[in-house]
Amino acid sequence: MDLSALILADSRFPGGGHVHSGGLEEAVGRRLVTTEADLPGFLLSRLRTAGALSAAFAAASAQAAGRGVHSGYWGRLDQELDARTPSPAQRVASRAQGRGTARAGAVAWPSPVLTALLAETPRPHHPIVCGALVGIAGGEPAEAAAAVAYLAVSGPASAAVRLLGLDPFAVNAVVARLGTEVRAVAGAAADVAGLDPADLPAPGSPALDLFAEAHARHHEEEVRLFAS
Amino acid sequence: MPAEHDHHHGHGHGHVHPVSFDPTKTEPDHYAPAPTAGRAYRIGIGGPVGSGKTALTAALCRALGGELNLAVVTNDIYTTEDADFLRKAGVLAPERIAAVQTGACPHTAIRDDITANLDAVEQLEERFPALDLVIIESGGDNLTAVFSRGLADSQVFVVDVAGGDKVPRKGGPGVTTADLLVINKVDIAHLVGADLDVMTSDAHRMRGELPVIAQSLVDTPDAPDVARWVRSVLPVRAG
Repeated sequence: MDLSALILADSRFPGGGHVHSGGLEEAVGRRLVTTEADLPGFLLSRLRTAGALSAAFAAASAQAAGRGVHSGYWGRLDQELDARTPSPAQRVASRAQGRGTARAGAVAWPSPVLTALLAETPRPHHPIVCGALVGIAGGEPAEAAAAVAYLAVSGPASAAVRLLGLDPFAVNAVVARLGTEVRAVAGAAADVAGLDPADLPAPGSPALDLFAEAHARHHEEEVRLFAS
Repeated sequence: MPAEHDHHHGHGHGHVHPVSFDPTKTEPDHYAPAPTAGRAYRIGIGGPVGSGKTALTAALCRALGGELNLAVVTNDIYTTEDADFLRKAGVLAPERIAAVQTGACPHTAIRDDITANLDAVEQLEERFPALDLVIIESGGDNLTAVFSRGLADSQVFVVDVAGGDKVPRKGGPGVTTADLLVINKVDIAHLVGADLDVMTSDAHRMRGELPVIAQSLVDTPDAPDVARWVRSVLPVRAG
């Protein structure tokens, strides 16, 4: 796996990911996740919906960064992901992480491709900038897809440890058991990486959309520890 | 064992200073701060839970709000409360206060991954292009918490007499390396059995030449000594 994809998937990467729980905090607040036993279901659902969507756009972006694209492509790719993200709160969360990843990425992998991307979309969606950075660094679409598919579950898993005091070994084992699924999601994403942005898949999770909106509303009323 | 190094003062005659590895013999940073290139100056305020960071932030807004174009970023696991406290204190317009969630890791948000804070600062700068100063208030944390130099140009560490008079002696990067150490709530020192002389002398011993200010926001609600220090570190802004 290319080092860029490993760095982006590392929780120590300073791109702002650690303040997002991917809906896990809301699920904990509703007592839908209370123990290690509740995690595999939550994470697998998230991987196959939000994770698969992120993976498809990261793969497409990595391929585009590698082959070079005409002006206007990055804006269109970004809009297509917006259209597949019905929750405004999730869009804000994705763009916050995208902006943070771009800031760190511009220092680590400076490139005219990244400059062009940011000129078209200054606060890009997270999977798009992750994919572009992997492509710029010379990595493959499948590697970019695997990195963001992993992030779709590793972030909520880490949030579960912090919010519920779960056993970190047990939680880590839950994530490790998702290996086959992460590979499958990344492979499917790489298979469609060359499609036009409008033709990319659109998996969705209405429950996660609603959680994201409820989480944002709770911020107005009571304390929440994560931004999403 | 003392070591020696050459160090240049920019006027050509490199001479030799002894270097001490004793953490109690800190000196001010010899290196000039990075230029702030027209952006607002950023001061971080950190320290343990309940030491008075938010009250100090409010006091600085009162003291400096009339002369500086100011904004505040609060970071706390109780973010909403701190931001609300500042809003209700009426020291700053609500749109000049941004609240950041830290994912239950306040020290990560000011040190290892400063993205969420930097984003909040930059959004305030976009909204108020003429900002002189942004105060970033950390969530309450332990004695090892320090601000990354990528986030704060200067940092203040706040401890208080009620947290125990041995805190300065315990050291840690916050106490030993912050650009200013504030010992807060000195008006209640006698009530909690804290020896203020011990605290300040320990603080000076741990910090060498770095400044220490003992204060009470009950006695001096506008934190005049800290406000004076803030004025002294602000760069003269071009244009």
